[in-house]
Amino acid sequence: MSENRASENPDREHAVAFTLNGEAVRARVPARMHLGDLLRGAFGLTGVHLGCEHGVCGACTILVDGRAVRACLMLGVQADGTRVETVEGLTESGRIRDLQDAFHTRNALQCGYCTPGMLVTAAELLAEGEEAGDVPSRDVIRAAISGNYCRCTGYHAIVDAVAVTAQARHAARREVAE
Amino acid sequence: MSAEMGGLTFLDRPNSYIGRSVPRPNARRLLEGRGVYVDDVAVARLGHVAYLRSPHAHARILSLETAEAKAMPGVIAVVTGPELAAICTPWVGVLGHFKGLRSAPQHALAIDRVTWVGEPFCAVVARSRAEAEDALAAIAVAFEPLPAVADMETALDPDTPAIHADLGDNLAFERVLDVGEVDAAFRDAAVVVEETFGFGRHTGVCLEPRAILADWAAADGMLTVHHSFQAPHMMQDILCKHLALPEGAVRVICKDVGGSFGIKVHIYPDEMATCALALMLKRPVKFVADRLESFQSDIHARDHRVSARMAFSAEGDILAIDMDDLTGIGPYSVYPRTSAVEANQVVNLTGGPYKHQHYRARARVVLQNKAPTCQYRAVGHPIATMVAEGLVDLGAEKLGLDPFGIRERNVIPDDAYPCAGASGIKLEKLSHQAALAKLKQMMDYDALRAEQATLRERGIHRGIGLAAFIEITNPSAAFYGVGGARISSQDGCTIRLDPQGGIVASVSVTEQGQGTEGIIAQIVATATGVPMDKVRVISGDTQTTPYGGGTWASRGAGIGGEAAWQAGKALRANVVAVAGAILQADPASLDVREGAVVDMQTGTERMPLAELGRIVYFRPDTLPPGVQPEFVATRHYVPKDYPFAFTNGVQASYVEVDVETGFVRLLRHWCVEDCGTVLNPLLVDEQIRGGIVQGIGGALFEHCLYDAQGQLLNGSMADYLVPMACEMPDIEVAHVVSATASSELGAKGAGEAGTAGAPAAIVNAINDALRPHGARVSRQPVTPDVVLEALGLI
Repeated sequence: MSENRASENPDREHAVAFTLNGEAVRARVPARMHLGDLLRGAFGLTGVHLGCEHGVCGACTILVDGRAVRACLMLGVQADGTRVETVEGLTESGRIRDLQDAFHTRNALQCGYCTPGMLVTAAELLAEGEEAGDVPSRDVIRAAISGNYCRCTGYHAIVDAVAVTAQARHAARREVAE
Repeated sequence: MSAEMGGLTFLDRPNSYIGRSVPRPNARRLLEGRGVYVDDVAVARLGHVAYLRSPHAHARILSLETAEAKAMPGVIAVVTGPELAAICTPWVGVLGHFKGLRSAPQHALAIDRVTWVGEPFCAVVARSRAEAEDALAAIAVAFEPLPAVADMETALDPDTPAIHADLGDNLAFERVLDVGEVDAAFRDAAVVVEETFGFGRHTGVCLEPRAILADWAAADGMLTVHHSFQAPHMMQDILCKHLALPEGAVRVICKDVGGSFGIKVHIYPDEMATCALALMLKRPVKFVADRLESFQSDIHARDHRVSARMAFSAEGDILAIDMDDLTGIGPYSVYPRTSAVEANQVVNLTGGPYKHQHYRARARVVLQNKAPTCQYRAVGHPIATMVAEGLVDLGAEKLGLDPFGIRERNVIPDDAYPCAGASGIKLEKLSHQAALAKLKQMMDYDALRAEQATLRERGIHRGIGLAAFIEITNPSAAFYGVGGARISSQDGCTIRLDPQGGIVASVSVTEQGQGTEGIIAQIVATATGVPMDKVRVISGDTQTTPYGGGTWASRGAGIGGEAAWQAGKALRANVVAVAGAILQADPASLDVREGAVVDMQTGTERMPLAELGRIVYFRPDTLPPGVQPEFVATRHYVPKDYPFAFTNGVQASYVEVDVETGFVRLLRHWCVEDCGTVLNPLLVDEQIRGGIVQGIGGALFEHCLYDAQGQLLNGSMADYLVPMACEMPDIEVAHVVSATASSELGAKGAGEAGTAGAPAAIVNAINDALRPHGARVSRQPVTPDVVLEALGLI
């Protein structure tokens, strides 16, 4: 059994190269390591939180090629050639500053563990809304963030924060258009 | 409430932050992904531990072969129960004030017998968690399965084997309370209602799993423990005791904690083992529970069966309550708080809002081969509230009274305080009548009833449910200390004024997201007169904060907050004394506002704090003779006049039940709550909402399922359901304010009120919706099959 295990060697490393928060990076990653562990371990991006490692809770949500993805459900090797963004990158670029401000003002977070994943999911929803030119309703927001569990807040303030950000962005777009 | 501070109360001080919706200063860091949770702490030479856990509910360990595992790649050590017991002594989870409470010695790693699915009995430390898990698979164990005590209903039967032979049977604790003339009251009652209520096991599901990193620096003789935990000083004391270390050799640091809810305030075998392994291996060792381990080994809660009846007069007065509570707590009473507290609270709290005088309750706490249960958010409250509120609704139905009317009639009147409840609890000042009135208006009750009636004609089944409740907050030593537990009920705050006029406040209450650091900053800023953005708060470190209990039982604001208030006032007095000496002014004529010493009457600035700081710290030679500034002040606080500060509230739920599928849709939810002085409405309201949603989880979704052999059937988030955003309603929160006179701030706790009342409101609403069908539910979680069963459809 152990020989068999050795021949499969789950720790065999593979070279990957991808864009991480706007920078070109390279890493050697064991075959079995998921992307969440790679980002946390090799790159110190501890804003990627691991809550269940079953793809359910959403705490590890990141953007891969612009789409919200569970970092725990993707292997590190699969990041090769992709564009990965985490809450750290979204913060530094300023792209979600308004959303973060709204979360802060409305106390849409308590322990903060679900928060990075929640922000990433909300960012994706807001981006979709911008493309479609509409403002998501509270029900649409609730549905969109249902893959991100929060045990602290009761969700109400999170919905408030996303809604107010969507409205503000929509108003800003209209102003530009007019 | 204090009238000092220059004739102004804290509420109308010019720069008061109290009562304002101030965002939490420490939240920005969390919003940018820069929190530091235990698993984010980087340490050199780190070993990762994984535990081999029992696959059986009850079994003897016949043999354990570790040689192959020890030879696996990356493995640092494989350690068994007997090996670990050489450096970590066992514990017994009993307390002196729970007379008769029994448990058995529990080891960090089980020695020769495992007693629940998930109990750890062997450790592998390796260079990565993955390698440690690889090695776990190479350990060969021979078990002899033993009969498992799975069903609490039969745990006390004579032919059920005792889990711990030395105890003789499986009864851990029994309490009987008999007040007044219960039998006579039932005999003379016009109406008697009864029901048996079931409360499923559930657990906290903190998004950050339990985690601990123990680092033994032999050269310093110092064990530094990074812990996702609520009570660092308690952990320090217990580590000292069981690892035979002096107090100064253990430092417990709790930085960011990703949710706790009472889960992270208990002593867990795997966490104790991790610290012992660090000592044994003389290197840092980290344990982070994975989600399966969390479901298997985090404490569970509830798991009660309550049979109860309520007697009424013909006019609808509650005359008496008689109840019997049975709860299964797993194989051990959890250390050091014990697993008898929830049942004890059910006895203390059931019917607490009401003025009946006759009350009898029996609680039996039994051992079983399932995960240990212990205190989880709103300990006992949702059970007590459901029992009383369920019976009140049954009584209202039988008497033809409106649910609001029967409650208005029976609650202890707002002008009757102070008084005692039937169970003997001392109540300082509650506001049930005001809360009911506010709720009725807030939810537009009459219009909602009209809507319900209209929709019912169209075959849409909506229900309205109410739940009045009381909550235990601000516990004194009566909770644990009197029973011999070394758990601090007093807390402290140390405040330092720095040269530029900034403040550093260190507090012994801890932060797990409630906003502890935020409200401490508000209070300190208000008390000292320093702008809030110049206040830094330190918490969660046994080495740098005053000694205290931490945050649990809704005590952070009421106890830690008052310590901070008193410390702030003391520092301010010190500041004006020195300023007075420099300015040759009477200190009583000076105040500190917005970071400057000002004239009390006119508000005219006399000296900025930065100037005062410059003189005090860098030119003390220029101070008047005999002036020794003390710009550090420490104060401690513990409530002394009442064992607990009870709070009250009332919730309402509006639901729609699909009578074909059994699904329940939550439409709206309201809560009126009285936590005394509201320090920060923004934080309190979302605390209440979060508590409500956790209560909804227990009422509708969350359930740790075991089969008849004691095997855990659901161990992932995919099959243990927690509330999702799309299922939750918007929740309206309002307050009545009855400040406690025990402290100057007058703040009571608010952390558990939501969870206390939500399940009863939801279940009563479901039963209101089902009423035309002659069906009712009484078993939580009320999953669709429970509804369909009640409707006779399955």
